Amino acid sequence: MGCATSSIRNGEPEFGVVSETVPLLEVADLTVEFSTRRGVVRAVEHVDVRVAKGETVGIVGESGSGKSVTSYAVMRILDRAGRIAQGAVRFTGLDVRAASENEMRDLRGREMSMIFQNPRAALNPIRKIGRQIEDVLEQHSQADSAALTDRAIEMLDQVRIARPRERYHAYPFELSGGMCQRVVIALALACRPQLLIADEPTTGLDVTTQKTVMDLIVELTRQRGMSTILITHDLGLAATYCDRVVVMEKGRVVESAPSRDIFTAPAHPYTRKLMRATPRPGVSLGDLLLEDELELRIPQRQTRSAPCPQGESAAPSHINDGAPLLVVEKLVKEYARKRTGGPLAKIFARQPTPEPDTFRAVDGISFTVARGESVGLVGESGCGKSTTSTMVMRLIDKSDGVIMFDGEDIGAIPAKSFAKLPLRKRIQMVFQDPTDSLNPRFTAARAIADPILRLGGTRGRDVRARCEALARQVGLPLDLLDRFPHQLSGGQKARVGIARAIALNPDLVVLDEPTAALDVSVQAVVLNLLQELKETLGMSYLFVSHDLNVVRLLCDRVIVMRAGRIVEQGPTAQILVSPQAQYTRDLLAAVPHPTFA
Amino acid sequence: MLRMLAKRMLIAVPSLVGVVIVTFLLTRALPGDPAAYFAGPAATKEAIEQIRVKLGLDKPLYLQFIHYVGDLARGDLGNSLTTGQSVAHEIKTRLPASAELTLLGLIVSMAIAVPLGILAATRPNSLVDHLCRVISTAGVSLPVFFTGLILIYVFYYLLGWAPAPLGRLDVFFSPPPHVTGFYLIDSLIAGEGEVFTASLKQLVLPALTLGIFALAPIARMTRASMLAVLASDFVRTARASGLAPLTVVVTYAFRNAMLPVVTTLGMVFSFLLGANVLVEKVFAWPGIGSFAVEALIASDFAPLQGFVLTMAVMYVALNLLIDVLYGVIDPRVRIEA
Amino acid sequence: MNKAASFPNPSQQGGAEQTVAVAPLRPASAGGAPALAPRNTGFSATLRHARYILGENAVTGFAFALFLVIVLAALLGPYLVPYDPLASDTAAALKAPSVAHWFGTDQLGRDVFSRVVVATRLDFFIAVASVALVFLMGGLAGVAAGFFGGWTDRIVGRIADTIMAFPLFVLAMGIVAALGNTVENVVLATAIVNFPLYARIARAEANIRREAGFVLAARLSGNGEMRILLAQVLPNIMPIMVVQMSLTMGYAILNAAGLSFIGLGVRPPTAEWGIMVAEGAAFMVSGEWWIAFFPGAALMVAVFCFNLLGDGLRDIVDPQRRT
Repeated sequence: MGCATSSIRNGEPEFGVVSETVPLLEVADLTVEFSTRRGVVRAVEHVDVRVAKGETVGIVGESGSGKSVTSYAVMRILDRAGRIAQGAVRFTGLDVRAASENEMRDLRGREMSMIFQNPRAALNPIRKIGRQIEDVLEQHSQADSAALTDRAIEMLDQVRIARPRERYHAYPFELSGGMCQRVVIALALACRPQLLIADEPTTGLDVTTQKTVMDLIVELTRQRGMSTILITHDLGLAATYCDRVVVMEKGRVVESAPSRDIFTAPAHPYTRKLMRATPRPGVSLGDLLLEDELELRIPQRQTRSAPCPQGESAAPSHINDGAPLLVVEKLVKEYARKRTGGPLAKIFARQPTPEPDTFRAVDGISFTVARGESVGLVGESGCGKSTTSTMVMRLIDKSDGVIMFDGEDIGAIPAKSFAKLPLRKRIQMVFQDPTDSLNPRFTAARAIADPILRLGGTRGRDVRARCEALARQVGLPLDLLDRFPHQLSGGQKARVGIARAIALNPDLVVLDEPTAALDVSVQAVVLNLLQELKETLGMSYLFVSHDLNVVRLLCDRVIVMRAGRIVEQGPTAQILVSPQAQYTRDLLAAVPHPTFA
Repeated sequence: MLRMLAKRMLIAVPSLVGVVIVTFLLTRALPGDPAAYFAGPAATKEAIEQIRVKLGLDKPLYLQFIHYVGDLARGDLGNSLTTGQSVAHEIKTRLPASAELTLLGLIVSMAIAVPLGILAATRPNSLVDHLCRVISTAGVSLPVFFTGLILIYVFYYLLGWAPAPLGRLDVFFSPPPHVTGFYLIDSLIAGEGEVFTASLKQLVLPALTLGIFALAPIARMTRASMLAVLASDFVRTARASGLAPLTVVVTYAFRNAMLPVVTTLGMVFSFLLGANVLVEKVFAWPGIGSFAVEALIASDFAPLQGFVLTMAVMYVALNLLIDVLYGVIDPRVRIEA
Repeated sequence: MNKAASFPNPSQQGGAEQTVAVAPLRPASAGGAPALAPRNTGFSATLRHARYILGENAVTGFAFALFLVIVLAALLGPYLVPYDPLASDTAAALKAPSVAHWFGTDQLGRDVFSRVVVATRLDFFIAVASVALVFLMGGLAGVAAGFFGGWTDRIVGRIADTIMAFPLFVLAMGIVAALGNTVENVVLATAIVNFPLYARIARAEANIRREAGFVLAARLSGNGEMRILLAQVLPNIMPIMVVQMSLTMGYAILNAAGLSFIGLGVRPPTAEWGIMVAEGAAFMVSGEWWIAFFPGAALMVAVFCFNLLGDGLRDIVDPQRRT
């Protein structure tokens, strides 16, 4: 890095910056265009990025910011329809734009390499992983043919894959997501490149796996004196692992500065908005929003609540100390373990299968939800939280245990018959994927009206009036009611889903990762909306999530699950500040938290 | 691997059972009097009664079925009315002719369609791509018998390049000594070069007809599959690792793209076996297809039944082969994780 | 024969279009909401959308125009043709195409043009009837199998597998031969033979949507299973089924023509394209090409039209394509 004191603001270098060496990567005034059916679209415009040797630069932005396109342009692996229209890309002084395809192929994998999101899909499904690493080594003549296999196994060892000699022969489908990502890292680092571009490498992975993968990347790149570009939407991640951060919005760089400056004193309004909207310890829900967010203002909110003092979570409100609304006791869900090969395999199998015949997704859990309370259900993937919430919703049947809702044993009612009961109105759900949960052939109004038509008892004009009232309540502009889902943005679809869920004034709403698929700024608005609605309508929430920061903001109590069991439960402030169980401590430690000495 | 093979074979058994039951129903559970069908249109009442007893058609249905299965197990498919020969014998004699034709047609189509599809996918919007798309859409609309006739008209009548469509071999030549029944192979084995050339000449047009017919679905599927695979994440990784274009296309893209194509082959075989019948009629080819058609015209029922059964059994075997081939290419199927 | 080949994802037809590599990693944020559009539902909107699609893609427009020509020929043909399709005139036999006889005459002196036009009605009827039948049988069975699973799925699967064990044209031959040599049986045989394909596609589509978010949401809204199937899932499957129906119409015609080519289904002197090609086949070798050529070309044109139509129809019916 050059002199640490000077910084680059608003894309303009300030005088006085002296760098000892030519930067490893220099992107200057880059503009990338795509020719689409609707004409030419500019994905990025006038982008400047500099990466020095040994430096880790984070490129942060929401969807559509152009952060991935920039890196594709650097590697020149843009789609056929894309081209670098303007600007320069220089890698160790070499002009990438003018280089021939042969030269680029030499660079790719050997001097600069890339790892992507969704690691299992990034590997050839029908080729052994060891062979895939060998292909890269062979292409760049990194070893003579006799030594290729050994080098490949060595790489697998370096990325901490156990029993590398055995695993060499494995196929991607036999490995977990975390292991696949390690293989992808091995592929990228096999030829010891100078620059690693990591495009959302941890999205979709569990938070503990995320930490291990990031730590591995940092360790390996530091060891080799490599530079890294980390592309992410997660500001916390960027802050924790990067020296400098470049913030992009709608195809342009809005700010570029060392991590500390970005986080302690962001200059550009967009950066400030992103910073504010990121859920983190020590803030309240209202703090996530900026004062001047006109278009996304929550209708009910008249004045903003004062920010909470450090360390406290959202103040509990309207909690009724009467009988709990939901009581779950020793709930169990068992699935028959799928026999490999079907019934015929039994005839051919040499030895009996050692695993038990059933698999317990939920293994005897008990908890309650009081009226007006917001309870968070957290855990990593496979812990059983979604199965639990689906059982509470009565969409699937339990194997054993009791589910009591407002004094009635709803667990005993089969899922198939529940849809027609009046009780159905009182328990509703907001889904994770707003696109998947809306019928592509229904307009927004029709989707919101569905529960009203089926269970609400209103007809004709009244239905439309009710839809409009609901739309207003969730802040959805009325003219969007007649649109189809593919014509709505992610945030708008989320609002439609919420409007549908509250249409019948339910007592309990189960929210299954409702903001996981949303951009962070949209998430901030939706979380505030959810809090408002809860208070106005007096609902209880069962909030299922893997994101501890979000849970901290919205929930009064937290339940931590692992492998079908509850690890611990209690008030949010207590659990998330001073957890008792080791697992909870591990979870909290794995959440990226920047430390500025 | 062996376990997968055994499993696949076991899965084929219900199909075979289904085939036997359906052919039984088709031929014994006919509207009207099945015995009359088998006796033929010119039969007297006594002849019909004789057939009825002989075939066991006077017994209850389940006994008939057992009788039927027993016959099949012995390889007895009944007798042809017109030739008096056993149907099984006729089919056995004629099968190589159909097989030679169909196989050659398949080879021709794959040899053209697969490279065409790959080239079209790797060079989108080029001339090759447009050609491929036109061939796929148009080729699938061509009636196979029509193609055959057009080819005859152009190459035999107008240009005189092809010989008269009168069967497997010109009258001047006699067939080579029987080894496999495939004239091409047998003539080479016997060292009869002239017979080889003559057989080949007769084979060109009908094989080309079948080839054109099978070309369209294979080309279309290859192109679509290659396009999908080339846009996939792992090909992006391969490119980002700097692998040579040939490696990317062949080792990474092609093998993965072939999986849906292999699955399609099952359907292509279904079409081919049907088209075979039509092509044999157009070119007077002495295979089992024309055997069945002649039997139809003469209302000779036993050959038709034998034909349907044989074709179905062959098709089940072919599908089994395709399944195994798929398992060889795709380890996900082999290793039951 | 033009069946859409089975694919891992059945809704993906022939040409997979290349999309821009930069797929947003998460759905687009609130910025840049689409401009205000007029009301999205209703008949006028559908019509507007139809006009747009037809205008955008010349090929689709052409296919539609051709389809209308075929329908008109089927409906009005017999009243408009210059000659009686069954009237023989041995003096005028085997005449090449001329002003008097646009497509020439056949071996019995019948006007080929008139016969080709009149045959449109029969072939079109066979196509439509087969498709309607297989949609009802196969489509509904497949949807039920995919959506409800369990025994419905097993039974439908068994039936489909049994049919699929045969090469399909051979099975059609067997069915028509067994049941009797009539047009109705040709329709039935074609429907039976296409059953597995429909059932499989319908089943796969219903299965995908069975546990989709909006289906779960519909259950939460108090919808019963049947209502979900009919009112929510089926409308989503329709575009794919409609494309398949169009492709099957082409296949049905080819199937019927093939069967009549070998003497099954239609008997002389009925005018039907397949049988006309069969009758003219012998004359191809001796140079009178027009007798077989024109009916064969008509076959090709009709099937080609139905194939192109399938793509155009999908664009209209699927609201995802609406802008």
